[in-house]
Amino acid sequence: MSINIKRLTAVAVGLGMVGTLSACGSSDGSQEAGDSKTVTLVSHDSWAASEDVIAAFEKESGYQVRVLKDGDAGQAVNKAVLTKDNPQGDVFFGVDNTLLSRALDNGLFQPYEAKGSERIKAEYRADQDKHRVTPVDTGDICVNYDKKYFADHKIEPPRSFDDLVEPQYKNLLVTENAASSSPGLGFLLGTAAKYGDDGWEGYWKKLKANGVKVVDGWEQAYNEEFSGSSSGKKAKGDRPLVVSYASSPPAEVLYADPKPTAAPTGVAEGTCFRQVEYAGLLSNAKNAKGGKAFLDFLISERFQQDMPLNMFVYPVTEGAQVPPEFAKYGPQAKDPETMDPAKIADHRDQWVKSWTSLVLK
Amino acid sequence: MDLTRPEVAVRRRGAAARFGLLAAPVAFFAVFFAYPVAAIVARGLKVDGVWHLGRIGEVLAQSDVRHVLWFTTWQALVSTALTLIVALPGAYVFARFDFPGKQVLRAVVTVPFVLPTVVVGTAFLALVGRGGLLDELWGVRLDTTVWAILLAHVFFNYAVVLRTVGGLWAQLDPRQEEAARMLGASPLKAWRRVTLPALAPAVAAAALMVFLFTFTSFGVVQILGGPTFSTLEVEIYRQTSEIFDLSTAAVLTLIQFVAVGAILALHAWTVRRRETALRLVDAAGTARRPRGAGQWTLLAGVLVTVVVLLLLPLAVLVQRSLDAPGFGYYRALTSDDGGVFLVPPIEAIGNSLSYAVAATAIAVVIGSLAAVALTRRDAGRFVRGFDALLMLPLGVSAVTVGFGFLIALDEPPLDLRSSWILVPLAQALVGVPFVVRTMLPVLRAVDVRLREAASVLGASPSRVWREVDLPMVRRALLIAAGFAFAVSLGEFGATVFIARPDNPTLPVAVARLLGRPGDLNYGQAMALSTILMVVCAVALLVLERLRTDRTGEF
Repeated sequence: MSINIKRLTAVAVGLGMVGTLSACGSSDGSQEAGDSKTVTLVSHDSWAASEDVIAAFEKESGYQVRVLKDGDAGQAVNKAVLTKDNPQGDVFFGVDNTLLSRALDNGLFQPYEAKGSERIKAEYRADQDKHRVTPVDTGDICVNYDKKYFADHKIEPPRSFDDLVEPQYKNLLVTENAASSSPGLGFLLGTAAKYGDDGWEGYWKKLKANGVKVVDGWEQAYNEEFSGSSSGKKAKGDRPLVVSYASSPPAEVLYADPKPTAAPTGVAEGTCFRQVEYAGLLSNAKNAKGGKAFLDFLISERFQQDMPLNMFVYPVTEGAQVPPEFAKYGPQAKDPETMDPAKIADHRDQWVKSWTSLVLK
Repeated sequence: MDLTRPEVAVRRRGAAARFGLLAAPVAFFAVFFAYPVAAIVARGLKVDGVWHLGRIGEVLAQSDVRHVLWFTTWQALVSTALTLIVALPGAYVFARFDFPGKQVLRAVVTVPFVLPTVVVGTAFLALVGRGGLLDELWGVRLDTTVWAILLAHVFFNYAVVLRTVGGLWAQLDPRQEEAARMLGASPLKAWRRVTLPALAPAVAAAALMVFLFTFTSFGVVQILGGPTFSTLEVEIYRQTSEIFDLSTAAVLTLIQFVAVGAILALHAWTVRRRETALRLVDAAGTARRPRGAGQWTLLAGVLVTVVVLLLLPLAVLVQRSLDAPGFGYYRALTSDDGGVFLVPPIEAIGNSLSYAVAATAIAVVIGSLAAVALTRRDAGRFVRGFDALLMLPLGVSAVTVGFGFLIALDEPPLDLRSSWILVPLAQALVGVPFVVRTMLPVLRAVDVRLREAASVLGASPSRVWREVDLPMVRRALLIAAGFAFAVSLGEFGATVFIARPDNPTLPVAVARLLGRPGDLNYGQAMALSTILMVVCAVALLVLERLRTDRTGEF
């Protein structure tokens, strides 16, 4: 009998728990919504900043910072668009030039010209007439190569898009699905920028004939297929060329234990596509004032200089210094391919469709 | 004396009680499942307040959509057939033979079923991919072929067949088959005429569950299939999360809904057939040590299959997690300078456990109420339909539910988007079907005359439940809780959408770590996967100790 009573008690406690849980759940929600002392940042999973830098902002502005990481870059944008009438925060960071039109066309942001935006380098600026977005960081999507493979085989690593279709690089490159992966899409856009609206399909036909392998995501390409990354080595990856970021080599050094003296991978300088990430004040933000202060902070010198080692990206403002170890292992590409966000918006979906049937089918 | 009146009153009271019991599960599913899913489908198909149902025809007319449908069905059929072929001998061996380590092994083969697919995908790539064991031994690589997908499906669902079919098989009286043999039937004929008919409904139910799980397969296909293979579920994810074509996603969701509904209806029908009276005996008495070369060979064959197919992929994970001197990856879990999270990854264990406890509490309460309501003999067609309805969350894309939560639960009093309760709620959705399926057969097996006798002797309905039903279902309740717990621990699809960054669960933390370059992140992902695996294995081992003679389907 005592067992029955115990069991019943357990059930009752369980029921009670559900009640309490839902109660504290709803009170949490309303508190956060109405609190003007909190500024909420919505971003993707790669968001990272040093604690003391955030703390300094909190002290100076008087706002508490709450961060909501909402999936990978594409997902975070899509979720923000879906919830734009009742957003989950005040500021969104992390929409890049390849997806910018999706955010702007859906009215995700309201205009705000951040303080200090005159220091942003001209080449990164966008939406200049309405100021709905502020550029925050930049990076390059480039082919990375495995230094050891090319040294062992006594072949020069490729330097350009043209090189990749040469016979000595047959069956060496792995890239990502342009429909599902941000670096995959960037690489496709890079070839479109390089060879033009009519030329890129011809280039991809040659690339396909030269044995390019396509996998779904960056994780798989870099961690499983690529022979140069530490995890790829473990997985016995056999592709010495991978589409990744110009900042991947420094990550290989800084996240290794013990740290090697030189990066095991290098970047093929002539295969880069420039990515710019923007932030904006969300339409219907509950704490618009706090959101504005946070946007100012994102392009402040302190934050701009803190970014490189946290998110493996480069600053966009004049005068911001890059930590020497970052610059040493992963220099910024000198002459990357670029494309106007308006042009990307016009062609992106069609190009991805053509690319899918050309390369995957 | 008017005899009809009290009867009517009793029936009315019964209906009222059933309604009361069903109210909570119905409300739960309406608010946390039907409403969010309807909201996201409406967002896709409703433009300016007008339904655009013409999209359904348009989407169906696309050749790549039809190809996805065909591939989804085809791979599910083949996966189901393969799982049955591989797992049925296992079900026999586990039901009829006694061998050392059986209990532990039965728990271990269930671990894959509750592991998150992102972990399994990684392990499988390490096994059948490049540089994997097959590659080293024979130079065979199966990654990005359909074989990798099929094998992983067998890996995941082996336990479903083993537990569903093996559970019943152990309770079939072996003397019936022996009697047929004595009367001159050949072993095959005796098996075909005596055992098979008794077993067939269980096999059908297991096959349908495997078909359901593989038809809606997501992580396995996405990780192992590469960009060329796509199931409906993967396509819904791509259209929603990547291409952002919500109307196509909505149509695909509806198609999947119809298909899953049909599978579940068929399943409910076979389960009802299975519950028809069979002469069952205590499972403990039917197993014995194998005799003769044939039986030993069979046992050895099954054990080798289990080791190669189920243990090897798990071992690869463990091996990779230890691939640093002095448990380096495990030690790294306790530091927070990786920058991936706001907290040391080790805290994910605590988060996972507390979420899982909350999810289990919700699932057990909701599931038990539903099971009790569904047990009643006078349960009508509507109530039986609800039985199948409770299973629907297993067949609806997690991304649909996740996005649905996001846009539906955003207004007071249900502004739960920023609340942590959302995670246990989503996990409980997946846990409830397991609770119901575990409890229902046990509750239905309670002799109704016991309850009647108790009522006649003056016990109130609640007292009848407390003193007749509860003692008999106590263990089933614990097992249901254990399963809900393990399933919650491993739930990934919906959790990844709603888990807060400062409170990642184990599977979410693994996925995030895998998403970053560098040796240390990869190693930590493997270490966390191993920890998750061990926690699941321990939970399941405890369940093994609690196994009753009639423990439902899982």
